[in-house]
Amino acid sequence: MFRAPALAAVLLAAGLTAAGISQARAGEIRIACYSDGNECESTAILATRFMKDNPDIKVTMNQMSFKAIQESLPVQLAAGQGPDIVRTTDFGPIARYMLDLTPYLKDAPYWESSYGPVLDWMRTGPTDHGIYGLMTQLTISAPIVNKTLFDQAGVAIPKAGATWDDWAAAVKKVQVATKIPFGMVWDRSGARFAGPALSMGAKFFTPDGTPAVVDDGFKAIASRLMTWSKDGTFDRDLWVAAGGGYRDGFPDFQNGRAAMYLSGSWQLARLDKQIGDAFDWVIGSAPCGPGGCTGMPGGAGFVALKDSKNPADVAKFLDFLAQKPVYAEWMVMTSNVPANVQLQKESLPFKLSPAGTAAMKAFVANAALLSPLSYRLQGAPISRPIFGAMTDRVSQAMSGQMSLDDAYARITSDVADAVAAFKK
Amino acid sequence: MNPLAAFFAALMDLPERPMRWAQQRLSGGRLGWVFVGPNLAIFAIFTFLPIAIDFHYALTGGTQLLPADRPFVGTGNFSSLLACTDYLDANSCTRDLFWHGIWNTLRFVLFQVGLMLVFSLLTAVVLNGKIIGRGFFRAVFFYPVLLSPVVVALIWKWILQREGILNAWLTAAGQPTTNWLLDGSWAFFWSVFVSIWAHMGFYTLILLAGLQAIPAEINEASAMDATPPWRHFRRITLPLLMPSVLVVLVLGLIRAVQMFDEVYVLTGGGPGTATTFIVQYIYKTGFADQVRQYGLAAAASLLLAGVLLVLTLVQLKGMKRG
Amino acid sequence: MGRFLTATRGLGRWDWTDWAAHLYLILGMLVMFGPVAWLGLSSLKSESGLQAFPPTLLPYEQSSVVVPGRGTLKLFRVVSGEHAGQELGELRRMGLQSQLVDPKAPDTIIRLKLEEREPVTRLRAAWENYSELFGKFNFFGYFWNSVFITAVATILTLLVNSMSAFALSKYRFSGRDAVFLLMLATLMIPPTIVLVPNYLIAATLGLTNSPWGVIWPAVATPTGVFLLRQYMLTLPDELIEAARMDNASEWRIYWRIILPLSAPALAVLAIFSVMWRWNEFLWPMVVLSRSESFTLPLALNAFQGELATQWNFLLAMTVVTLVPITLIFAVLQKHITQGIASAGVK
Repeated sequence: MFRAPALAAVLLAAGLTAAGISQARAGEIRIACYSDGNECESTAILATRFMKDNPDIKVTMNQMSFKAIQESLPVQLAAGQGPDIVRTTDFGPIARYMLDLTPYLKDAPYWESSYGPVLDWMRTGPTDHGIYGLMTQLTISAPIVNKTLFDQAGVAIPKAGATWDDWAAAVKKVQVATKIPFGMVWDRSGARFAGPALSMGAKFFTPDGTPAVVDDGFKAIASRLMTWSKDGTFDRDLWVAAGGGYRDGFPDFQNGRAAMYLSGSWQLARLDKQIGDAFDWVIGSAPCGPGGCTGMPGGAGFVALKDSKNPADVAKFLDFLAQKPVYAEWMVMTSNVPANVQLQKESLPFKLSPAGTAAMKAFVANAALLSPLSYRLQGAPISRPIFGAMTDRVSQAMSGQMSLDDAYARITSDVADAVAAFKK
Repeated sequence: MNPLAAFFAALMDLPERPMRWAQQRLSGGRLGWVFVGPNLAIFAIFTFLPIAIDFHYALTGGTQLLPADRPFVGTGNFSSLLACTDYLDANSCTRDLFWHGIWNTLRFVLFQVGLMLVFSLLTAVVLNGKIIGRGFFRAVFFYPVLLSPVVVALIWKWILQREGILNAWLTAAGQPTTNWLLDGSWAFFWSVFVSIWAHMGFYTLILLAGLQAIPAEINEASAMDATPPWRHFRRITLPLLMPSVLVVLVLGLIRAVQMFDEVYVLTGGGPGTATTFIVQYIYKTGFADQVRQYGLAAAASLLLAGVLLVLTLVQLKGMKRG
Repeated sequence: MGRFLTATRGLGRWDWTDWAAHLYLILGMLVMFGPVAWLGLSSLKSESGLQAFPPTLLPYEQSSVVVPGRGTLKLFRVVSGEHAGQELGELRRMGLQSQLVDPKAPDTIIRLKLEEREPVTRLRAAWENYSELFGKFNFFGYFWNSVFITAVATILTLLVNSMSAFALSKYRFSGRDAVFLLMLATLMIPPTIVLVPNYLIAATLGLTNSPWGVIWPAVATPTGVFLLRQYMLTLPDELIEAARMDNASEWRIYWRIILPLSAPALAVLAIFSVMWRWNEFLWPMVVLSRSESFTLPLALNAFQGELATQWNFLLAMTVVTLVPITLIFAVLQKHITQGIASAGVK
């Protein structure tokens, strides 16, 4: 009874939609892209030039929201429906769908020598030597300081080598003197939390590589954060607000509601454009602790995907972008710190205000302070679940829903749960 | 006849011959199967088949999406969801977020459906009186129903944010401002408020139509008896309105239990877990988390579907008796 | 005025309940429509205007002045000190100091403390939020996708659901009640819980990135079947019997007799369907991943990047999304509200 109409409808549906299936044409490359500033637009400009030189290849840019990429891409890839290239910060979940570009590249050693440290982020482990994509920028987290507020309060901005406690005391003074609501604001993000944790001596992994998040270093920063959020030094609102996910602290900093903003180099274009001359801002040096003075590296990358019908063309396009002059031009267009090691040593002709230029220099200086552990944490496939558990559970503790000790226990069990699910 | 209508008429005449053929071969009412066929087939493909796949997901584990790649775990997902030392304290459960979701949804349904019924009834009664511009007001109250949940949430987010207009008014009035979406109780209040705002118009219309269906003689009769208005409403109007009220209750309840988009865009489920509802838990676990546990999400879905089924059956029973 | 209105409408004398009722309705109007109006006003503000606290009701922007030899300068009014009341153009800011010039005497630099000046603003609607929106994005492409999906899905919904409702109301066959209950049961299934398996099915059928991927799963609606069935039950069976006497085929009976008679219920379902498809978000987001197949709500969502939310474009786009449905409603509101009301009680 049931089968016949169902079957008929399947046939009907299949017949009617046959026209709707768009087959990838030869030489077509589809990029699923999202922009922090103008990354997709500037890539499109370079792609137009690339297509002029390679008339048989057509590059199509699909701009989407980051959330859409993050949420629907793994499902699409599992169903074999993905794009050829995707811009993402989240390499772990799609690792098994990535395309190794090495056999298609003219000069793989150039990639190794220019992008070596960040190529690891797309790899699954120490035995993996594939080249899976091109980082569109390197981001470095660092404190961004409202100099005008510090000047008004007559407080000196903590110098390189100052500890987190020094910073907390300084911003507290500014907060009291200038009557602003908060001393500091951090983006609600696990990566932002991880930098200070590493500085406090958190290790995140046991020597054999198993995740072990809650240790004394971790507790040192988590308990300080609790204290700071209770006494108003720390803008807890931003963290407590969302049930999960990333929250941007920029509006609070822009409106002069906090003297210090822990964010990163990808905010440069926005700082330069939107703050204008409302106040003076400078980039501080990453605050220190027993574990060093490190922020977190990061960044998004264009990742090549295995299901592509035109892997050679994908490699050709990414290789075009990776070449030093093109990459340099690209970084200037997007005001980003290059992931190319050689370009990091040169000063690029960024089109920024004097404050922006100084900030760029300061971000690059902060890059030298990054600890090896920070690179490893950023590159570990398990890092995203760790980041998610840290922010969500610490936020719950801040909101008073659970004690900090309960939050520690939850972080440990959440991470164990994720590890177990990964293994299955 | 204009060409479009003619084309449409010709198109609709096309099934005539095959349908005649089917008619000759199917006796009695069995031709009905042909008519329900397309509808049923689409349900089968896009509703019943997915639920069957959900059962498979619920009994398997891991993070793989393709059903064939997933290892069998038996009832592991269900027992993990139901593992609590104290069912009244979500924090004591292995899956604390699931239980926060359950309790929040329960609270939400209670407040949202109750208050929405009160306000839509009040509005309907007011609109049923001698009102200047009734059509206009009816349209105004209905308008938000047309808006997409994303738009509704964005509108209210824009009003309730820290630098929003509501806080600006409070500042102007010399009152302290509140971070409306950052305080657990307020965020919950606004979730209820916004969802009532968005859906109330629909239910008001149903109740208004119910009121207008009450014969005028009944009202006139009680006006002659000089029955006090409140007594009249409670003794006469409300019982006659009961069928409409039940429709509102059933539809409102189903919608409230399924609440997701509006509140998700508005509060993100926060602060903490204060507005995380059960559907959001399912969405997060299966679709938004870094590690997608489809098995857990499917198991939670099936539990929810079971509860909804029982709930509806109970209501239908009540409806039949009433 | 009040007396005039009541007199013409013959409503008699107003007592306090009438006043309270109208007060309630006017308050309700502010609550229901005020937020939308505020959205519209806000969408005309520039990006920096949106960040201002307290927010202004109307869109303001800082004025600037062209000073010969100095270029275009932002205009400030001096609030205290010897230059109080003057309007000066700002050259640059140095720490807590500002260097300004009088546009009439551009050679003398005036140094002031920051708090001694305030920006001069003027009323200006930031139409560029809209024009840039149209220039930057393939707006009409998204619009067309939304229109196509809405129109085709609505037509198919009406067809498929009415066929089903016809059979469920006018035929007797074994399993009929079971089918009806089964369809009603789907009303209770939140779309979220079948999201993942549904995507697998859509991908297997080759429906991803095609408008048909949004259309097909949507055309069988339990609400539609229920609504139409209840309405068709009220149509007299004698009509059908008479047609059968004339040897009309069952298909003819369905589409020449039953469908035209069900027009009011069909209209209500059409309105619902337009509303649902135009506003649908979660499923299209999953099934359409290429920007050229995006619908308006998806494009709206695409403005929220990971790290930045462009509120000025977001608000403008929100307004653009709700304008078409608002227009339809404004024209048809009487039919819509009455139609839904009458369908609801049946």
